Amino acid sequence: MRKWGLLAAALGLTLAACGGGTTTTADGEAAPAGGGRLDVVKERGQLVCGVDGGIPGFSFVDESGTYTGLDVDICKAVAAAVLGDAEAVEYRRLDSTERFTALSGGEVDMLSRNTTWTISRDTSVGLEFAPTTFFDGQGMLVRADSGIADLEDFAGKAICVETGTTTELNLTDQMRQLGVDFEPVVFQDADAAYAAYDEGRCEGMTSDKSQLVARRSTLPNPDEHTLLEVTMSKEPLGPVTTNNDSGWYDVVKWVTYGLIQAEEFGITSENIATFEATDNPDIARFLGQEGTLGTDMGLPNDFMVQVITQVGNYGEVYERNVGADSEFALERGQNALWTEGGLMYSPPFR
Amino acid sequence: MAHDSGSKTFDLKAMLRDERFWKIAFQVITLIVVLLLLSFFLGNLNRNLIQQGRAFGFSFLRNPAGFSIGESLIQYRPNDPYWRALMVGLGNTLTLVVGGIVLTTLLGVVAGVASFSKNWLLQKLSRLYVGLVQNIPLLLQLFFWYFAIFGALPNPANQIGVLGLAFLNNRGVYIPWASSALLAILGIAATVGAAIAALFLWRWRTKIRIETGVGGQAQSIALAVVALAWLAIITVGMDWTVPEGVEGGGVTGGLRLSREYVASLTALVFYTSAFVAEIVRAGIQSVSKGQWEAARTLGLNAGMVMRLVVFPQALRVIIPPMNSQYMNLTKNSSLAFAIAFPEIYSIATTTYNQTGRPVEVFVVMMATYLTLCLLITVVMNQFNRSVQFKER
Repeated sequence: MRKWGLLAAALGLTLAACGGGTTTTADGEAAPAGGGRLDVVKERGQLVCGVDGGIPGFSFVDESGTYTGLDVDICKAVAAAVLGDAEAVEYRRLDSTERFTALSGGEVDMLSRNTTWTISRDTSVGLEFAPTTFFDGQGMLVRADSGIADLEDFAGKAICVETGTTTELNLTDQMRQLGVDFEPVVFQDADAAYAAYDEGRCEGMTSDKSQLVARRSTLPNPDEHTLLEVTMSKEPLGPVTTNNDSGWYDVVKWVTYGLIQAEEFGITSENIATFEATDNPDIARFLGQEGTLGTDMGLPNDFMVQVITQVGNYGEVYERNVGADSEFALERGQNALWTEGGLMYSPPFR
Repeated sequence: MAHDSGSKTFDLKAMLRDERFWKIAFQVITLIVVLLLLSFFLGNLNRNLIQQGRAFGFSFLRNPAGFSIGESLIQYRPNDPYWRALMVGLGNTLTLVVGGIVLTTLLGVVAGVASFSKNWLLQKLSRLYVGLVQNIPLLLQLFFWYFAIFGALPNPANQIGVLGLAFLNNRGVYIPWASSALLAILGIAATVGAAIAALFLWRWRTKIRIETGVGGQAQSIALAVVALAWLAIITVGMDWTVPEGVEGGGVTGGLRLSREYVASLTALVFYTSAFVAEIVRAGIQSVSKGQWEAARTLGLNAGMVMRLVVFPQALRVIIPPMNSQYMNLTKNSSLAFAIAFPEIYSIATTTYNQTGRPVEVFVVMMATYLTLCLLITVVMNQFNRSVQFKER
C-alpha cells in the first residue's frame, strides 16, 4: 500500500509538472504569434532590453545600479516611444555568447548591445537589425612600450579576444591574409579577457575601437596602452530584434531613425517646446501633430515627442555618452549626419 | 481480470480492488505521461524553430568554421569545417580529462592515506587541504590558479628555468618531450604496454609462489627484462628534445603546455582529489579494526599493513564512488572555458554563436559528454568486478 502511495505521489508530481509545462506554452505562444512583441511590451508596461553593461560610454552600470551609455539610451528611446516612460526598462546584462539565444528565446525584447550587423546573423542566425547607431571598426590595443606597430609584429605572439564576436572571425581572416601565425586566447567573459591582457598574458587585445577606448579607461594605467593605427574591419553596431515579428522590428527601427531625423531637423530635448506650433509640415508629421505615423505603427501619435523630451536626439545621445561631453571625447567622424559628411541618414518620415 | 470469477457480468469494483490491475494501469499511465511530455517538448521546439524560419539539421557542421583555436592535438586551419573544430575541442577535453583522472587518482589516494598517517603534520595537512578545497567553488579555484598563481609567473623575458630542463613563464610551462608526435605516442603506448605486461607477470609469479611455495624466478627475470626494455625505449628511443630559452624571452623546443591548460588541469585535479581523498578515507575506515590488528600480529609493518591488507579490502568500497568523481571531473572540465582553454564546450559555444544553431550544437555536446561518462562507467564497472569478493 505504501508503494502505491509513493506511486500516486510521483504521478501527481508528474502531472503537476505537465500542467506547469502547458502554462508555459500559453505564455510562450502569446509572445511571438499574432500581435507580437509590441503587445507583450505594452501589456507588461516595461521593456526588457539586453545590454552589455560593462562598456563605459555604451552601457555601464554604476555603483548605484543606474545604467548609462549610448546603447542604454536606445533602450530608453524605445521605452519612451512605446510606453511613454524612458525609465520603464529592465536591463539584462548578457555576454556575447548569450545574447542571441536570449533574444530568440524571448527573454529580452531587443538587444542594444554593440552587435555587429552581418549577413549571416541577419539570415541564418535569424535576427533583424535596426539601423546602425554607431559605425565602428575593429582595432588592436597594445602596450605602448611593447614595440608592436603593426599586425605583422604579432608573429608568435598572443592576442586576447572575446568569444562569439565578429572580431574573433575578423582577426583570423586578417592574420590569415597576412600569413601571420599568432596565438588566440579566447575568453567568454570580456572582464576576464581584459584582465588577462592587462597582466600580460597577451601582447594584444582586439575588439571594436570604441570598446577598446572605453575599456582602456577602466585599466589600472590607461596611459600605458595605445591603439594601433590599423582598422581591421567594418563594425556597424545597432539594436537587434528577432526575425518574423515585423511589427516590433518596425517600432525599434523607426524609433532609431527618429533619433537621427530629430537631429537633422534640429529638434533637441531643450528646444522641442518651440516646435509645438510649427508650420513645417515635415516636422508636424514627425512630431505627430499631423497625420497618423505613430498610430499606424501601434504607438501613440506623439511618440517622437516623448523620445526627444526624455532622451534627446541622436547628436545629444552621442555627445553625452561618448562625444565631446564625455571623458572619451570621440570625434563624430562616420557617425556625423549625412549632411555633415557622416553616414547617419534617416529615410523620410512620410 | 475479473473473468475467472465465473460471473458473466463485468465487475468494475472487483477490478478496481485488484492489485494486478493497478500494477499494469500505473505503468500504462506513467508511459502515457512520459510520452505526452516528450511530444509536447519536441512539438514546442519544432514550432519555435519553424517560427524563426529554421529547420533542425546538422549539415551546417560541414561549413568552414573561420575562427582560430589556440592549441590543438590535430592539424587545424581556420577554413576547416565546424566538425573538425569540434574534434579539436574534443581532443583538448580528452587531454584534460585523461591527465586529470591519472593525477587525481594519485593525489587523492595519497591525501586519503595521509589522513591516517602517524605523522602529525602530514595528517593535519591532509585534513586542511580537504576541508579548504572541498568548500570553495571550482570556478573560483580556476580563476585563482589562472590569475593568481600562473598569472604571477614572470613574463617570457624573465622566465624561470628549472635545472635547464624546463621553463616557466606567464604563457605556460615548457617541458622536455619526444621530438615527434609519433614517437610520443609510441612512448605512451610502450609505457601502458609495459605496465600491463608487468601486472600479468607479477600475478603469475604470485600465483606460482602461492601454489608451490617456491619458484617464480623465470617470471622475475621476465619482469626485469620488461622493465629494462621500457627504460631503454623511454631514455634512448624517444629522442628527447629539451626546451631552450631564447635570448630576450621565449622558448624553443620541448613541449609547451599552455597556461590555460596547466591552470585548468591543476584546478580540476586539486578540486576533485579532495573528494577522492574523502572516499579513500571512508574506504579505509570501512575495513574492520580486526584486520589491522591481525595484520600487525603477523609482523607486517605499518606500510605493508596498508598496502597488502587494508587497501585491497578498502578498494571494494572506494571504486563505485570513484566512478562518479571521474564523471564529475569530465563534466567539470567544461568550466575550463572560463579561463580560455579551448575545450569542446568553448568551441561549441563559438560554433552556435556563429551559426545560430544552439539546439543542434547542444545535442552534439550532450552526446559527447554522455559518451565520455558512459565509457568511464564501463571501464570502472569492469575494474569494480575484479576487486569485489570472489565467492568460492
